[in-house]
Amino acid sequence: MTTSGGEAALFAVLAPLMVIAALGLLFARRAVHAAICVVFVMVSLAILYVANEAPFLGIVQVVVYTGAVMMLFLFVLMLVGVDAADSLTETIRGQRWIGVLLGAGLLAVLLGVITRATFPPAVGLEAANAATNPEGLAAVLFGDYVLAMEVVGVLLVTAALAGLVLTHRRRLGPRRTQRLQARERVAQMAVDPARRRPLTPLPAPGVYAQNNAMDTPALGPDGQPLEHSVPRVLRIRGQRRSPVAVLGAQETLVQRIAPEDVPAEGAREVPGAGADSTEGETR
Amino acid sequence: MIPGVAADFSQDTFVTYLVKAVLIIVFLLTSVLVAIWFERRVVARMQVRPGPNVHGPFGLLQSLADAMKLLLKEDVNVTAADRIVYLLAPMVSVFCSLLVFAVVPFGPEVTIPFTDFTTPAQLTDFPVAVLYVLACASLGVYGIVLGGWSSGSTYPLLGSVRSTAQVISYELAMGLSLVSVFILAGSMSTSTIVEGQQSIWFFLPLLPAFVVYVISMIGETNRLPFDLPEAEGELVSGYMTEYSSMKFAWFFLAEYINMLNVSAIATTLFLGGWRAPWPLSAVGDGVLNTGWWPILWFLAKVWLLMFVFVWVRGTLLRLRYDQFMVFGWKVLIPVALAWVVVLAVVQWFRLDAGVSRTVLVAVILGVGLAAVALVSLWPDRRRSPEHDDAGPGSEAGTAPSSAPGTVDAFAGGYPVPPLPGQSLPPSPRAGRRPVEHVPAGGAGPDTPHDDVEEGAR
Repeated sequence: MTTSGGEAALFAVLAPLMVIAALGLLFARRAVHAAICVVFVMVSLAILYVANEAPFLGIVQVVVYTGAVMMLFLFVLMLVGVDAADSLTETIRGQRWIGVLLGAGLLAVLLGVITRATFPPAVGLEAANAATNPEGLAAVLFGDYVLAMEVVGVLLVTAALAGLVLTHRRRLGPRRTQRLQARERVAQMAVDPARRRPLTPLPAPGVYAQNNAMDTPALGPDGQPLEHSVPRVLRIRGQRRSPVAVLGAQETLVQRIAPEDVPAEGAREVPGAGADSTEGETR
Repeated sequence: MIPGVAADFSQDTFVTYLVKAVLIIVFLLTSVLVAIWFERRVVARMQVRPGPNVHGPFGLLQSLADAMKLLLKEDVNVTAADRIVYLLAPMVSVFCSLLVFAVVPFGPEVTIPFTDFTTPAQLTDFPVAVLYVLACASLGVYGIVLGGWSSGSTYPLLGSVRSTAQVISYELAMGLSLVSVFILAGSMSTSTIVEGQQSIWFFLPLLPAFVVYVISMIGETNRLPFDLPEAEGELVSGYMTEYSSMKFAWFFLAEYINMLNVSAIATTLFLGGWRAPWPLSAVGDGVLNTGWWPILWFLAKVWLLMFVFVWVRGTLLRLRYDQFMVFGWKVLIPVALAWVVVLAVVQWFRLDAGVSRTVLVAVILGVGLAAVALVSLWPDRRRSPEHDDAGPGSEAGTAPSSAPGTVDAFAGGYPVPPLPGQSLPPSPRAGRRPVEHVPAGGAGPDTPHDDVEEGAR
């Protein structure tokens, strides 16, 4: 029962780092940092398991705890956006004292079990891993402790089912599938011309040489501005730009860049006329 | 020798391990450069255009040039980013993707030329090597998730949330399909699994598991048609939107190494690993399965799978997110589970009950034929669901809003409270008294024109 030099060095490097990471879990400000610390502790623990010739345990620790359980934690943290500004008010009365009591009870039970447990003399890793590590473990779990395994399995399945039942919601209306919505839109065109809307996606806002902002309406094939190409919010706020203004600004710009090419008076004095002529060109 | 592992690493020393590790990294990095070029050329050929063909012969140096460009670009750090995690995430991604090839057997024992030193063409192996691959993959997701979160921006966060859900669900299907390999090979060590495929490659007896694996490996590597964490049309480029320069290059590198990883694992577990394909394996009493030849077969199979990746990308469209999750949870996982159960039963009959293989195959064929016959002869009582809920005018006519003054709260797809003068139809919930109708002349279902229009955008 001696430790090889490599193993001792590994432990000497990993153990302090693990302690630091574990303290990081307690003192990290942001929940995601705490989660990363836990991941580090888990992976280091897995490395130590593997170094202690329990490769199956080590790998499963990473796959199940780090890869699935901790990932779900992180998932929820990111979705909910838990941050430093957590409220510390207790929602259940006496929550803290109940927690302390239950924790003390668990500690007492565990201490009782650990102090009273007697172990048979160790057979050594050579004998335990004789038929490969996973097979030895399988023989113990599904041979000696099969009942406990099955009970735990039933418990977990029950919990999973309970989760499904608790989050289940009865559907009140019919399900609106993509096909159903498409049919509705076509049917609506035939029934009510007043509420007609295009079957295709709405036209994008206008794109001109100088300006492709959201507030500029597009020009239709007939050269008329399409009001509904500007987002509804901008229209309600009154932030829509008229195409005449856009094209007028463009005229001014063109004139500023190359004043000798464009007759100066026409565009400056009558911006509307200039806009019309450009509109004619785009048509 | 490690118990339960076919390859013999007893001759290997520290120097051997170091040399093999360096060779693997060199192999991976050069393969990524080739893979990028390969993908662009093949996709280009599928889309009838030349692809990169300027830099170097056949454009081979194009990806090298791109890599240099990424190296030399300005390294932008986003102000809103969580600095440490932002730096850590790409490193985690690359590091985890580099780990997988440690357990992949490139070949059997090889003799180093001009010496008589023999060593397996594999860095290491242990009794749970395939689970180790799964562990590396599940750690690699942290790179994506933390990268998306730490960018301090909306699209990356959405991308990383998506990728978490995606990778967790597709890892289940992938793990279940791997379980059937474990059952058949009786081992989780890669070299033993390849050893077990001497008579028949596992993709034939385990065809359903192979199909599930190939689908879930595409989902696992976030490739088209499953590249929802970085869907350009919806999320700019997902979790790597805020990354630039070398940090972006690391994510890019990790993605391509992951493609190589899953291809190599598929080759090892299902396609016979380094074994020569059938007509060649019979040549000269199996001489092509010894020495350095197997590395050639292994690489050929890996690149065949890489071609499948590109082929799928060039052919299929991106799935919608809900369809993708439904496919994973309601199709892939049940199929993989059912297959594992069937295989376990069959394997029990073969190994413990001592039923001979011919009897077993005959029984399986009989049961399969009976099942097909039963399904085809079963009276078709399924009414087409479209007729049920989407007949002409069903939404307006048969909905409970037909009474005057009642409003269909779900007309817009989500519940809306009634306006003054309107009332709700009786609730379909069981055990509740029907609500009396208010006969006031309400306006009926009325969706403002602009709302409808906005929905179409």
